[in-house]
Amino acid sequence: MQYLIIGAGPAGVTAAETLRRLDADATIRIIGDEPEPPYSRMAIPYLLMDNIAEQGTHLREHGNHFADLRIDVTRGRVEQVDAAGHRVRLQDGGSLSYDSLLIATGSSPVHPPIPGIDGPNVTSCWTLADARRILAGARSGSRVVLIGAGFIGSIVLEALAQRGVQLSVVEQGERMVPRMMGPEAGGMLKRWCESKGVSVYTGIGVSSIDAGGVTLADDTRLEADLVITATGVKSNVGFLEGSGVKVDQGVLIDRHFRTNVADVYAAGDVAQGLDFSTGDYAVHAIQPTATDHGHIAALNMSGQAAEYEGSLNMNVLDTLGLLSCSFGRWDGVAGGEHAELYAPDDWRYLSLQFDGDRLVGANAVGLSQHVGILRGLIQRRTPLGEWKERLMRDPTRLMEAYLATTQVI
Amino acid sequence: MQRALHIDPKKCTGCLQCEMACSYEKDGVFNPSKSRIKVFTFHHEGRFAPYTCTQCAEAWCQKACPVEAIQIDAATGAKVIVDARCVGCKVCTIACPFGTVNYNSVTGKVIKCDLCGGDPACASACPTAAITYVDADWTGIDKMRAYAEQSLAGTA
Ligand SMILES: Cc1cc2nc3c(=O)[nH]c(=O)nc-3n(C[C@H](O)[C@H](O)[C@H](O)COP(=O)(O)OP(=O)(O)OC[C@H]3O[C@@H](n4cnc5c(N)ncnc54)[C@H](O)[C@@H]3O)c2cc1C
Ligand code: SF4
Ligand code: SF4
Repeated sequence: MQYLIIGAGPAGVTAAETLRRLDADATIRIIGDEPEPPYSRMAIPYLLMDNIAEQGTHLREHGNHFADLRIDVTRGRVEQVDAAGHRVRLQDGGSLSYDSLLIATGSSPVHPPIPGIDGPNVTSCWTLADARRILAGARSGSRVVLIGAGFIGSIVLEALAQRGVQLSVVEQGERMVPRMMGPEAGGMLKRWCESKGVSVYTGIGVSSIDAGGVTLADDTRLEADLVITATGVKSNVGFLEGSGVKVDQGVLIDRHFRTNVADVYAAGDVAQGLDFSTGDYAVHAIQPTATDHGHIAALNMSGQAAEYEGSLNMNVLDTLGLLSCSFGRWDGVAGGEHAELYAPDDWRYLSLQFDGDRLVGANAVGLSQHVGILRGLIQRRTPLGEWKERLMRDPTRLMEAYLATTQVI
Repeated sequence: MQRALHIDPKKCTGCLQCEMACSYEKDGVFNPSKSRIKVFTFHHEGRFAPYTCTQCAEAWCQKACPVEAIQIDAATGAKVIVDARCVGCKVCTIACPFGTVNYNSVTGKVIKCDLCGGDPACASACPTAAITYVDADWTGIDKMRAYAEQSLAGTA
């Protein structure tokens, strides 16, 4: 059996390791186009904070990890997939054959059409190559403008602030993290950032970028030595053109990670898979989804019929010391009830969304202990019974609700 | 043979010796807020529930970690945070569906139960044997874990 995996990120690497556990004899190859050993984008902020060296971003600590598992990690870029011939064509002219193919090519930053966004003083923060540019350009005291305060933007914000730069952040949406949290929590984050010396502009776009900085739609001028964009990402599907593999927001897959084309699977940021919360198919570009996908896709590729329960969208942020998180249907469902605790003076917020007596989503700010229980309650669809009413009155009694509704007490 | 913490909430009197012992063992201070095991109080029912990581087989925390900072202690099977690798990203704290990995803002890393390398301080400290360290093939543990993990496996 010849397994070929395109993309050496967390989804591809997890799939390769799982395949090796399931099949000692198979040929397993990962082909990835980045020059570094397989690494984790998620660790980049900590590189920018000087908490780790580049090696600390590597997905696997030991240099001979892949060789020991007889997983061949090759550098190269796939240009085309010939599904009928079970082959992929590479940029360097070569080609590779496969019996079973996993597309795990992740996503790439998208840039809005702002004049000057291609300038030499502008970079995204997505790859180790980007990180090196930022390390060189964003020194203590440098003036930096960050465009985008979504989830990734807010993580980058934290890293930049820790570098001691003079930071301004521009978010076109009405609030920070508009797709992760509601107005109360988003507003709290903004006030917190401002109180820590970061200038935050929300509800306004950038009209142009030049060598000296950024001009906003209302002509506000922000001088900058470096401009960093975090304006969303898009699945890497370009090379699938002509392959017959169906693509929407990402590669369309079923509950077994199969695409519409025989022997071709997809996983991670590139895949539009089942959403646990909605039952629809969506791209959840987060690390836990990438590794879950990689794991379960590999089970299916090896012949086990493992049906995916869907990914739960979830995020956690540390914004200059203020913790926040979101889970599932944080924005609620039609006909569902909602419990809320809003204590802006204490920098605390907790919002629970119910569907009947089940928790389906949550947002929290300033919650630091037992946060994962929110995932547990949502993902096991625990009927809360009388605890629903108790949580409506006091949403902080989450752990008790969990313990009381499971076997533990 | 692998062993595991067995918790019997009915025997717990809420004395918090386990929290004291844990925080002392791990951080050198008697401070329940630093404890990896936590006793929850049900005021109305007058009951208590000590609660910590079950070292679950799925190890959601470990799978979610982007930098291999959660590793398995070969001797005990515990999922252990390797401080030197942990970048403090907190993804494990939302990935663990039992809420048993917590962020420590002082160290910038996460903390969880590591079974104290095979001699858990909480079990030694518990005066009522509500927390015991037992053979992991004792069926009660399997049942507890199986229940805790059912419907969370990611696959149907
Ligand atoms: C700064 C930053 C912070 C983040 N923080 C978090 C966080 O806190 N929590 C969280 O959950 N997620 C976070 N993420 C997102 C997380 O990193 C991604 O969800 C995860 O990397 C997805 O893994 P993947 O394997 O699907 O894709 P990737 O990690 O993108 O890996 C795909 C690989 O495939 C390669 N590739 C693409 N096309 C081809 C081709 N044609 N041929 C060969 N190779 C190809 C790519 O270059 C890449 O190396 C963060 C991302 C960034 C950039
Ligand atoms: S911390 Fe949570 S996910 Fe990790 S082993 Fe313990 S119970 Fe399992
Ligand atoms: S906080 Fe540390 S242990 Fe947890 S996922 Fe992040 S790096 Fe891994």
